[in-house]
Amino acid sequence: MGLLYDRDTCTGCMLCPKACNFDAIEKDGDKVKFDLDKCVLCGSCEEVCPVDAIKIERKKIDSAEIAKYKDVWTFCETSDGRLRSVALELVTKGRELADTLGEKLTAVLIGNNIENHAQTLIHHGADRVLVVDAKIFADYTTDAYTIAMTSLIASRKPSVVLYGATNNGRDLAPRIAARLGLGLTADCTGLEIDEARQLIQTRPAFGGNIMAEIISPYTRPQMATVRPNVFKPGEPDSSRPGEIEKVNIEVSPVQVRTRVLEKVSEAVEGMKSVEEADVIVCSGRGIKDPANLELPKQLAKLLDAAIGGSRPIVDLGWLPPSQQVGQSGRTVCPKLYIALGISGQIQHLAGMSSSDFVVAINKDPDAPIFSVADFGIVGDIFTVLPEVIAEVKRVLDSR
Amino acid sequence: MNEETGTLIRDGVPSILNPFDELAVEAAIQLKEKHGGEVTIVTMGPPQAKDALLKALAMGGDKAVHLTDRAFAGADTWATALTLAEYIKTMEFDLVICGKQAIDGDTAQVGPELAELLSVPQICYVRKIDISEDGKQVITHRETDEGYEVVRAKLPVLLTATKGLNEPRLPNIMGIMKAKQKPFEEVNIEKLGTDPDRLGLKGSPTQVRKVFPPEKKKGGIKIDAENPAAAAKQLVEFLTKKGAI
Ligand SMILES: Cc1cc2nc3c(=O)[nH]c(=O)nc-3n(C[C@H](O)[C@H](O)[C@H](O)COP(=O)(O)OP(=O)(O)OC[C@H]3O[C@@H](n4cnc5c(N)ncnc54)[C@H](O)[C@@H]3O)c2cc1C
Ligand SMILES: Nc1ncnc2c1ncn2[C@@H]1O[C@H](COP(=O)(O)O)[C@@H](O)[C@H]1O
Repeated sequence: MGLLYDRDTCTGCMLCPKACNFDAIEKDGDKVKFDLDKCVLCGSCEEVCPVDAIKIERKKIDSAEIAKYKDVWTFCETSDGRLRSVALELVTKGRELADTLGEKLTAVLIGNNIENHAQTLIHHGADRVLVVDAKIFADYTTDAYTIAMTSLIASRKPSVVLYGATNNGRDLAPRIAARLGLGLTADCTGLEIDEARQLIQTRPAFGGNIMAEIISPYTRPQMATVRPNVFKPGEPDSSRPGEIEKVNIEVSPVQVRTRVLEKVSEAVEGMKSVEEADVIVCSGRGIKDPANLELPKQLAKLLDAAIGGSRPIVDLGWLPPSQQVGQSGRTVCPKLYIALGISGQIQHLAGMSSSDFVVAINKDPDAPIFSVADFGIVGDIFTVLPEVIAEVKRVLDSR
Repeated sequence: MNEETGTLIRDGVPSILNPFDELAVEAAIQLKEKHGGEVTIVTMGPPQAKDALLKALAMGGDKAVHLTDRAFAGADTWATALTLAEYIKTMEFDLVICGKQAIDGDTAQVGPELAELLSVPQICYVRKIDISEDGKQVITHRETDEGYEVVRAKLPVLLTATKGLNEPRLPNIMGIMKAKQKPFEEVNIEKLGTDPDRLGLKGSPTQVRKVFPPEKKKGGIKIDAENPAAAAKQLVEFLTKKGAI
């Protein structure tokens, strides 16, 4: 067990029960006692203890080994030849981290006929782009991509590798982490370098009820998947110099144990992906009838927005699963989120509360969605929304 | 969450079977009903995780394995996957089905990490599972960011279950009664036989440095829509000013 408590040294100052986020420390006479079934060994108590009576046993860090790893890498995902927008976000954030470290930023581009994106990545901040381009990488498969990434990582030793927290990114990164025995932090919304030059990875947990700062002190590279849309891509600079290196990685078909037989797009004509849109118009049960979705669709068209739905709307089959926002759907972070007839239960908020700007229209003044709304209108969507649409039209027309 | 102390309220919160794992259990039971075989439910967790195992047995699982020991505490996804792998390695299996993600950590990492440690291929986020006629392959619908893809692999395979795969059944009284008679194995560190330095916190390459409540977003402007046209105007003005339109 990793927690050591020295009862004799303890002065009973009671700082640690307050610091514990997991309710695992209780007053026990004039000292404390620990409920180890609740304890997750996060170390908050160790940090506040003024007399060092609490010690979390941890592994030793091999600094010589760690010093061998250098540079920040981003895995830049493509989909059917298209560069995903999260790739540019990673390169932008990666640039910042590399600058803080005084190291280089390398973007890794794997796929088939994707070399044309290398310049774009350089313009957004990459110093070097490693291009792995071959037929076997045309479809994303866990096996082929894991082989490519692990051989690059093992031979070149980066100190940080970032992936987009997309379906493929969250499939690939843990496979690589397990093969190389590395730490991996999922779905980060914050990344920073601390004084000790380690990567501080911040992520929401428990459905967004709590934030955790995670480090990978013992192993390199430090790896994280990064939630799309959180770090906004910067403006491209077409004068930025950078180096493009083509790397040949042999993967034989027998090493690829899954086969993609067919790809089916569920993108509904004119329906943008909620994860990549700058604006989302999201409807909840208040919309009452699928025919009424016409109204949000009109607004979405004007604002070039994606159409989203709360879980009940998707469960009823009124919108495809790809458009569901929330804990069991997609996590989104647009510039503008418009919630129509959505109550705002915690599972819904978990998927959208980090949006830059939230508008809510709901007839219940006490709906929890108002607690995260920057602008709330208490009213009936069927009377308010047509007016909003007319007003937006008027403003856009006058430009 | 206790707003005053900023701590998680765990007392009185029953330990539940994670919703995505319910999908996984249901899928396993349906496959058994169709193709035969045996369903083993495995979890690593503190004593209260037993409730979740009993529920899965009540749904129709055949036996349960509870990996539980103080030495497993503080495990990150890698150490969790390793602990599970150390046990599952000793079994014969065609399919390992995990949930897409847990509802506490929701990392979606344990499935792929476990697949790697078991040296089997993985298909993550499946919405549909079919077994080929010869019983040797699995054909799945795997959710992607665009929709889904049809993916095939030879057994054994690890799958992770996502929404849409099935409607998990509710255990009935009979099921709940029978669950208590079914084989239930508890496995501690000695029984697992793994070096304790590789498990739990000590075996975890990641470390939680700090936990804190998220920045609470305060509600902003809230207006009444007695006059809908005026409210709409105010909203659009506001959005224009903020550069959102
Ligand atoms: C494990 C788990 C995962 C979940 N995952 C998700 C998820 O991913 N996404 C998700 O959304 N939910 C999720 N849920 C469900 C969630 O708890 C809520 O049930 C759901 O979000 C409610 O959807 P809603 O707001 O559309 O409906 P309701 O809660 O029914 O709210 C409807 C709202 O519309 C308002 N309204 C009604 N008529 C009008 C009108 N004419 N004008 C204006 N307002 C009106 C009402 O005042 C009400 O506030 C999950 C639940 C669980 C247990
Ligand atoms: N302690 C555990 N015991 C058994 N299965 C687990 C455990 N932790 C995670 N899993 C499985 O891995 C999935 C993903 O978990 P996570 O990576 O924590 O989001 C879950 O839905 C479970 O199926």
